[in-house]
Amino acid sequence: MALTHETLLEGSKMWGLFYLIGFSICVLIYTFLPSNRERFERAEREIFDEDDGPWK
Amino acid sequence: MGQLTTGERDFGAIILIVLAIIGIAMAAAGRADVLGIHGAMVLLYSLALLFVLFSGAFGTSPSPARLTRYYDDPIKVGVGLTLFWAIFGMFIGVWAAAQLAWPSLNFDTSWASFGRIRPAHTSGVIFGFGGNALITTSFHVVQRTSRARLADQLSPWIVLFGFNLFCLIAISGYFLGVTQSKEYAEAEWYADIWLVIVWVTYFVLYVRTLARRKEPHIYVANWYYLAFILVVAILHIVNNLAVPLSFAHAKSYTVWAGVQDSMVQWWYGHNAVAFFLTAGFLAMLYYYLPKRAERPIFSYRLSILSFWGITFFYMWAGSHHLHYTALPHWVQNLGMTFSVMLLVPSWASAGNALLTLNGAWHKVRDDATLRFIMMAAFFYGLSTFEGSFLAIRPVNALSHYTDWTVGHVHAGALGWVAMITFGSLYTLVPAIWKRERMYSAVLVEVHFWLALAGTLIYVFAMWNSGIIQGLMWRTYSPDNTLVYSFVDTLLAMYPYYIARAFGGLLFLIGAIVAAYNIWMTVRSSATATLPLDEDLPVDEKPIGGATPTPAE
Ligand code: HEM
Ligand code: HEM
Repeated sequence: MALTHETLLEGSKMWGLFYLIGFSICVLIYTFLPSNRERFERAEREIFDEDDGPWK
Repeated sequence: MGQLTTGERDFGAIILIVLAIIGIAMAAAGRADVLGIHGAMVLLYSLALLFVLFSGAFGTSPSPARLTRYYDDPIKVGVGLTLFWAIFGMFIGVWAAAQLAWPSLNFDTSWASFGRIRPAHTSGVIFGFGGNALITTSFHVVQRTSRARLADQLSPWIVLFGFNLFCLIAISGYFLGVTQSKEYAEAEWYADIWLVIVWVTYFVLYVRTLARRKEPHIYVANWYYLAFILVVAILHIVNNLAVPLSFAHAKSYTVWAGVQDSMVQWWYGHNAVAFFLTAGFLAMLYYYLPKRAERPIFSYRLSILSFWGITFFYMWAGSHHLHYTALPHWVQNLGMTFSVMLLVPSWASAGNALLTLNGAWHKVRDDATLRFIMMAAFFYGLSTFEGSFLAIRPVNALSHYTDWTVGHVHAGALGWVAMITFGSLYTLVPAIWKRERMYSAVLVEVHFWLALAGTLIYVFAMWNSGIIQGLMWRTYSPDNTLVYSFVDTLLAMYPYYIARAFGGLLFLIGAIVAAYNIWMTVRSSATATLPLDEDLPVDEKPIGGATPTPAE
């Protein structure tokens, strides 16, 4: 099969779509993974900790 | 720079000496070419910094106790630089606006012609003001959210002073007539190479600091900063690939040709909007908004989803700048589709910010700083909605080439970028200088109303003039000839151009008020300071403030 502009185009359009879908699924899993819940809730509150110096 | 160790000082001196030698080489090779002038500037700049470095070299060596505190000296200088560039860039903006109303304001000189001061404005505000604000706040946020001190004490200075050297070279070059003719990437090859070095240092510093974090999770604001740093590096390198005429000439030619060149340029251009003017400022939003409102972000998960949405979708949206061009139709469609999809993560961020404030509206009413941040989120929502709309091809047929685009730009630039920056600065300055509050709350209030009025006048003037322009250009008579000549449309613009210059002037005055207020806060007597806990730097002196870099 010759590597023409058209084949490259088809390929990139198709793989682009799969890439987008796969990527979205990964992001959704990461965001809603129950084991991450605590980590996110902690992150949300941590920034209010007022001790103004690096931790040791 | 008082905290530098001997080793860091020596290394800094070596870098500056090498830079000075490069300056001499550029001056010698370039001679009368602009490259020669820039060589002289590089030389003077590095000698001035070398002087500053040496003048502190024989003091007492820094106490080891400094390592138990955050490293805030570069932040203090960065605040001063941000304000300097804000006033410079906006002054040039008002001047450019006035020139469009009264063209003789170029005084018949080449250096002050519109084509030269326009890039001086855009680079001055985007890179000078925006860039310094991003670097400064990122140093603050990364340390606080990681609970770690910056990884070393030299590279923050390389980043800060190196970046400002880039800004100086770029902007002085435009006045002298040097340009690559790529919007937002006008600076020539040697400035571009320098920026790559600075930017890689920035990236490495940021990652090293994150690696030292004591907090297990990396707070979302850092993701946005990191996306900003990383993507800007990629964009900058790809778009600026060029071959100079010779090493003795400022002029270069891009390696990209024809429609590829346009596509690369607007892939760069739009992502500059996305990652320079949006991602980093969203980082400010996600840190300073909860801090100021004293409420956690409405939904942390939503902030993660919108992060990936924005980073992923923006990458594909650039072609909406090239509707109805030689660019293949499907590429235009792709850009259009992704631009419309972009509205979802954009509004998710804006909504997340506004919902965070839900229940704290009394604070928004009383606190002008929080109101700056709230308005910024509002204008972010507005300009992204407008952007998605403008990206639809038939709408773009009307808006492209008109002042509507300029209106969209400044709804984003004044309403979003500048307002979030000032809101962040008013939160950061008292925190860094350990003051209880700003010198004057009234002046913050005055600034807020000047900024809001200025933005609204500017944006409404441009919406009106843009749509009128667009409609006049496409009005045909029954026998298919254009009804209006170009000069007719110019006359119709005249009142709007005056209004825009006036709105911009209000915004500029607001920035000057901010600089004064911050300067007075820094100078305010120790009575106004917070209780002196052991967290205070030993050698508390207000360095930086509103002082420009030595070479200016
Ligand atoms: C004092 C306030 C300001 C005034 C009076 C002003 C004025 C102007 C003028 C007259 C232009 C040229 C428009 C044209 O060519 O028709 C312009 C362009 C531009 N300005 Fe501003 N500006 C201001 C603030 C800002 C700020 C704070 C930013 C960014 C953070 C900004 C970003 C831009 C950009 C990106 C463009 C190029 C727009 C395009 O190519 O469509 N401006 N501005
Ligand atoms: C969902 C988000 C956004 C979308 C889809 C979008 C879309 C667009 C479109 C379609 C144009 C006009 C292109 C043309 O006709 O040439 C444009 C121009 C522009 N937008 Fe946006 N925009 C968005 C958000 C923003 C934001 C938040 C800013 C921030 C400051 C911004 C800054 C600009 C600038 C500077 C230009 C002018 C580019 C030039 O020099 O021609 N945009 N945008």
